Amino acid sequence: MTVEPLGRATRSRYAAVYDPKLRSIFYQSILLAILAWLAFEFALNAKANLQAQNIATGFGFFDNTAGFGVNQSLIAYQESDSYGRVFLVGLLNTLLVSALGIALATVIGFLVGIGRLSGNWLIARLAGGYVELIRNLPLLFQILFWYLAVLGALPPPRAAMSVFDEIFLSNRGIVVPRPLFAEGAGVVLAVLAAGIAATIALCFWARRRQEKTGRQFPVGRTAAGLILGLPLIALAATGFPIGFESPQLRGFNFVGGITMIPEFVALLIALSTYTAAFIAEIVRAGILAVPRGQSEAAYSLGLKPGRSMRLVVIPQAMRVIIPPLTSQFLNLTKNSSLAVGIGYPDLFAVFAGTTLNQTGQAIEILAITMAVYLFISLVTSLLMNWYNARLQLAER
Amino acid sequence: MKSVMCRLAFAAIIALTAQAASAQTLKTVKERGTLICGVSQGLPGFSNPDDKGNWTGLDVDLCRAIAAAIFNDAKKVKFTPLSAKDRFTALQSGEIDVLSRNSTWTSSRDSSLGLNFAAVSYYDGQGFMVRKSLKLNSALELTGASVCTQTGTTTELNLADFFRAHKMKYEVIAFATADETVKAYDGGRCDVFTSDVSQLYAEKLKLTNANDHAILPEVISKEPLGPVVRHGDDQWFDIVKWTHYAMINAEELGVSTKTLDEALKSAKPDVKRLVGTEGNYGEQLGLTKDWVVRIIKQVGNYGETFDRNVGPGSRLGIARGLNNLWNNGGIQYAPPIR
Ligand SMILES: N[C@@H](CCC(=O)N[C@@H](CS)C(=O)NCC(=O)O)C(=O)O
Repeated sequence: MTVEPLGRATRSRYAAVYDPKLRSIFYQSILLAILAWLAFEFALNAKANLQAQNIATGFGFFDNTAGFGVNQSLIAYQESDSYGRVFLVGLLNTLLVSALGIALATVIGFLVGIGRLSGNWLIARLAGGYVELIRNLPLLFQILFWYLAVLGALPPPRAAMSVFDEIFLSNRGIVVPRPLFAEGAGVVLAVLAAGIAATIALCFWARRRQEKTGRQFPVGRTAAGLILGLPLIALAATGFPIGFESPQLRGFNFVGGITMIPEFVALLIALSTYTAAFIAEIVRAGILAVPRGQSEAAYSLGLKPGRSMRLVVIPQAMRVIIPPLTSQFLNLTKNSSLAVGIGYPDLFAVFAGTTLNQTGQAIEILAITMAVYLFISLVTSLLMNWYNARLQLAER
Repeated sequence: MKSVMCRLAFAAIIALTAQAASAQTLKTVKERGTLICGVSQGLPGFSNPDDKGNWTGLDVDLCRAIAAAIFNDAKKVKFTPLSAKDRFTALQSGEIDVLSRNSTWTSSRDSSLGLNFAAVSYYDGQGFMVRKSLKLNSALELTGASVCTQTGTTTELNLADFFRAHKMKYEVIAFATADETVKAYDGGRCDVFTSDVSQLYAEKLKLTNANDHAILPEVISKEPLGPVVRHGDDQWFDIVKWTHYAMINAEELGVSTKTLDEALKSAKPDVKRLVGTEGNYGEQLGLTKDWVVRIIKQVGNYGETFDRNVGPGSRLGIARGLNNLWNNGGIQYAPPIR
């Protein structure tokens, strides 16, 4: 009786050695430990060497005064601010150009991709020409082209091209009027926000009702009323508290208004048109992957081509489109670091460039910069994967 | 993207090389058979490839002089062009032996970068260049101007200081290389181009119509430019420093390419010490007795290289000014060789 449990124990211990699952966990932890040890040694060695060479180390530099100016910042920044602030300024500039670039690239990419499949000979050829031209020229070349040949060729501020004397285009950038909010403007903005929220809710409700009863609701007209009409009424009721500050030429440049610097505009155009060419091909492939029978079935149900594309083909194509589309979004974000070529103050230029040079702390700064790009990429992937998973659920 | 990889590689090298800066540079250079010298990417007068691809300039001549002192051959130098932004990392990582690239000596560069400035080979200051058509007389009239400059320079910092101190608004556009900066200014992106005054003269030559541009009178900073070495190799530090001082002393004592033969026969004690007919001062540095003779014969004294590269004998035509010898109204002064 006492022998049996003992025997079972030996057998199970014996079995553990051969258990593939346990064994792989064992080997993987050893590998992980070695990697961790290597990283630790690397850090230790780097620190010792830097100290031996009398090179500053650590992250204390974040609090030191930067001392240099930056020509575009989404947050208040002045020269006496710290390197930490410079980091934020650069990061926001990177995020700004990436986010806008992704939005623009997606819109252009979808239009061109669908256009390339169009039955209209001219549209299909134009879209095809766009894709072949744009995706076969180096991106840096395109950035420089927009910067030097297009925006650089605009007239100087004194001879700026103007639209109704409110918007000005010159080689110093594009200046538009800045909205000024006086007392009561809060009410108008709140009404606007409420209008938008109501519209979204309305969309959901209308969709649900249509699915249930088949009856349609005039969403478009109601939405226009909610988003434009209500705020206009609020505007009139509060005595027009929102005004505009027009840009004015004073001295060397325009004063007032909001300026989009040419470095930003050139980078944004180049990044979005370039990436759009790739997205167009992805969209085309996605649409072609949907069996013809699907659109034929849609036509036979009486749907017009536009609607069948929007309601039947694209939703199915999305499942093929999303994964490679994610890669393009990541590419665009990483490519935004080509900004250094034209002096746009992105993270790479002001942090991994100027700050690195000024402080000499190459290892810390490059590690942080890499971590930031990695983080942005991971978050983008995560969001896209989540969206992808949601679309997959629609499969029946 | 290339520069990303470069910087990553530099960082990795710094992190991994054990004691890169120990007293080995002279030995390494001798074993390699060439000196590797970091210079600019093309700055006329200081370091610039001529139409045959030979590097010329004041900064280049200092490297040639070091090579002459070590190898008795001023040609044994390999020049590595570096942007302002990447120059110090390249030196820290051991990519180059000496940085001779119009670099300003500042306390933070000297102390926190693990580097040492060996001497001041050119006393400079920062200035502004504008189009003549703007009809400006002073930098104080620059309120609201757009200014082009290069990143990773003291220029960028002085610019910010100047406008802050005078409570003037400005817009700075900072480019990674001199070429981009010049192109942007030339194309009208900026009203002002700012850099060290000597560099304004040099870059002016690259503009479409050099005569349409003027340099404003204000000099807003001190820019002592000189060669830089890694911290921790005193022998190498001494060699670089004394190469410069030898060229200054030679000029002061009237020893030049033309007068070298007479100098070798001279009975004057200080000249004898300089050219090595008395004492073993070269050997004390780890070089040879005739080190200065080699430098003067192949490169010339300070006055000669100044004149042919940036002075009246060059396209820049800059006056000696502060860079005159101390006994001639300037501040170039070398400790004696003895
Ligand atoms: N002396 C300053 C400025 C040095 C500097 O790089 N100036 C630019 C002004 S144009 C230059 O020489 N560029 C030449 C090049 O990058 O090849 C410093 O050490 O920070």
